Amino acid sequence: MARSESRVRLAPWLAIVPGVGHLALARRVKGAHLLAYAAGAVALMIWRSERIAEALGSRAIDEWLAVVFLIGSLLAVASYSLWDVRRLLEGGDGPLAGKSPWRVASRRFRVNILAVGSVYVIFLLYVLAILAPLITLQDPSTMENVLETRYLSPSLAHPFGTDEFGRDLFSRALYGARVSLSIGLLAMLLSKVIGTSYGAIAAYFGGIVDSVLMRLVDVVIAFPTFYLMLMLVGVFEANIVLLVLILGLTSWPGTARYIRGEILSLREQEFAESARAIGLPPRLVIVRHLIPSALSPVLVSAALSVAGMIGAEASLSFLGLGIRPPTPSWGNMVSGGQDALLVAWWVAFFPGALLALTLVSFSLLADGLRDALDPKTLMRRFV
Amino acid sequence: MLLEVKNLKSYFFLDEGILKAVDDVSFAISEQETVALVGESGCGKTIVALSLLDLIPSPGRIVEGQMLFRGEDLRAMNAERMRQIRGRHIGLVFQEPGVALNPVYTVGHQIAAVLRLHRALTRREAQAESVRLLGDVGIGDPEQRAKAYPFELSGGMQQRVLIATAIAGRPELLIADEPTTALDPTVQAEILDLLRYLQTEYSMALLLITHDLGVVAEMADRVMVMYTGKILEAADIDTLFRDPRHPYTQGLLESAPRLGVGRGEVLRGIPGTVPDFLELPSGCTFHPRCNLAEDECTRAFPPLEEIAPGRQCACYKVT
Repeated sequence: MARSESRVRLAPWLAIVPGVGHLALARRVKGAHLLAYAAGAVALMIWRSERIAEALGSRAIDEWLAVVFLIGSLLAVASYSLWDVRRLLEGGDGPLAGKSPWRVASRRFRVNILAVGSVYVIFLLYVLAILAPLITLQDPSTMENVLETRYLSPSLAHPFGTDEFGRDLFSRALYGARVSLSIGLLAMLLSKVIGTSYGAIAAYFGGIVDSVLMRLVDVVIAFPTFYLMLMLVGVFEANIVLLVLILGLTSWPGTARYIRGEILSLREQEFAESARAIGLPPRLVIVRHLIPSALSPVLVSAALSVAGMIGAEASLSFLGLGIRPPTPSWGNMVSGGQDALLVAWWVAFFPGALLALTLVSFSLLADGLRDALDPKTLMRRFV
Repeated sequence: MLLEVKNLKSYFFLDEGILKAVDDVSFAISEQETVALVGESGCGKTIVALSLLDLIPSPGRIVEGQMLFRGEDLRAMNAERMRQIRGRHIGLVFQEPGVALNPVYTVGHQIAAVLRLHRALTRREAQAESVRLLGDVGIGDPEQRAKAYPFELSGGMQQRVLIATAIAGRPELLIADEPTTALDPTVQAEILDLLRYLQTEYSMALLLITHDLGVVAEMADRVMVMYTGKILEAADIDTLFRDPRHPYTQGLLESAPRLGVGRGEVLRGIPGTVPDFLELPSGCTFHPRCNLAEDECTRAFPPLEEIAPGRQCACYKVT
């Protein structure tokens, strides 16, 4: 400890490098993570500097966004690191600082190895997907000398091999990840935001408004979602926006029902009454006191629902009703590879494996969140 | 007069019938006065408090009556003005601090929320003021405690925090609903001291709702005794304890243990039990338990009449 303190004094400029300050202050885990991310980002910038320059000049918004994300996240990590080190040097949180419910939960989450592992996997997949243009060496849809390049088995040049048109599958898998992962995340967000506000509104107004809104929920639940999807993608050209809308707009009733019920029961509790007794308008009682108390199960179901959304998108695409080739998505890549399964197993294998990995990770994440957020599992080995 | 309540009736409309939780209650509180509302559990004391702030849970509502706060009719107010009354003019301290504080916010945050709602302070000012209030309600190291969550504090400290949220808006009237019932006897005494200190410091009137005659004797200027939703007797503190007139009040006082009672002397209880609100006895609701009861008592409820200057009693047998 004495040594590390002197190191801070000797070279304060080193704290500019993200994580170094934390390492010096014996916050090893946080320091290592910050440092690792920064090192990875810088390494990628050096390795693909030409590609980055090219991407900045290109008209394609997704390439431009990848560069912005890379640089922006590096800056964010660096400034967070500086801010946090300064906070630690000023004495941190103090001895009596509260154990906020989130901090308690995160401590309980971190002992769950599977859940933590799934967070790394999910994080890595999302970063790879966003940075796909900077990481892949080949364009996902370029076809050259098809006869020579088709069905090449995995090698250094093509880590996942090539498909029947000689396209690089690694590159297609990463670009496919962008489609699958963003649909999963956005559809989940849409569904949870609609569900939460809808349920809260029904509970807030109560009476006849509540009855009408909840009967509407019954209608949406009774609707055969899958056939609705089939019909809509039949009528309209399927694209990411349409899939997000369809998946998001059909899956919110569960959340709405849960939130409504929870708010109706929470508002009878004394802390809600005391919030009213200090003169808080009912709208704010719900937003500030009731929704936050009801939210942790929604968080768990959100993690599960991302997996569900990604699975649904993959099924649709597999059936040829979702994202259409040549735009890659994991679903249509598996579907494209099934005919060649005996000659080139890798075509369907890699996207399928990534899909499975993602779904399992989100399930494990949901599991871990549930254990960490549920006070009933508390107090055994964590405290 | 700070608060005048006239003929307040708050009923609950249940499937089984109408529950008259507060039935024709009238009283007044002057500025900076301490009034105690005493009665057994479930006699309607809390509903009186909730009626004042229009917080009665459904299916209950105020059926009749007038409540004037500084001459302003509480029942005629729109929702906006009512919200200003709550917290800014009338503060309410709940019985169970452990459940009345929101577990997901720090205590400093919860006090600051009241300040920002009623006193137009900036975030920073509200934070500083909430630390000052925590010090004022006797919490040591308020700067650090402000960052604590309710479950990290003891019951006594939680009650202090709850009191701090109730006085943060600098109300003219503080209603304390069984403020010490959930606490240890030693902590009870501290909380009562605190309430008395704050009452002078903030020049508030105090409406103390309790079933504990010891608390009443220690705190109140005036006492109202409540039974099955009605006030049976009201008098200033000395008169009531020295010379209780209503048979129910006499029974209450006799059943409370006190210093000076001879060894081996048996405490006398009131025979019978508190009647079910939905099946109240006819006439005076106390008559089945009353040793003075006569025919007259079973016919109609006796009116609350002035039997001496400043004291009222509702009993045919007391004049």
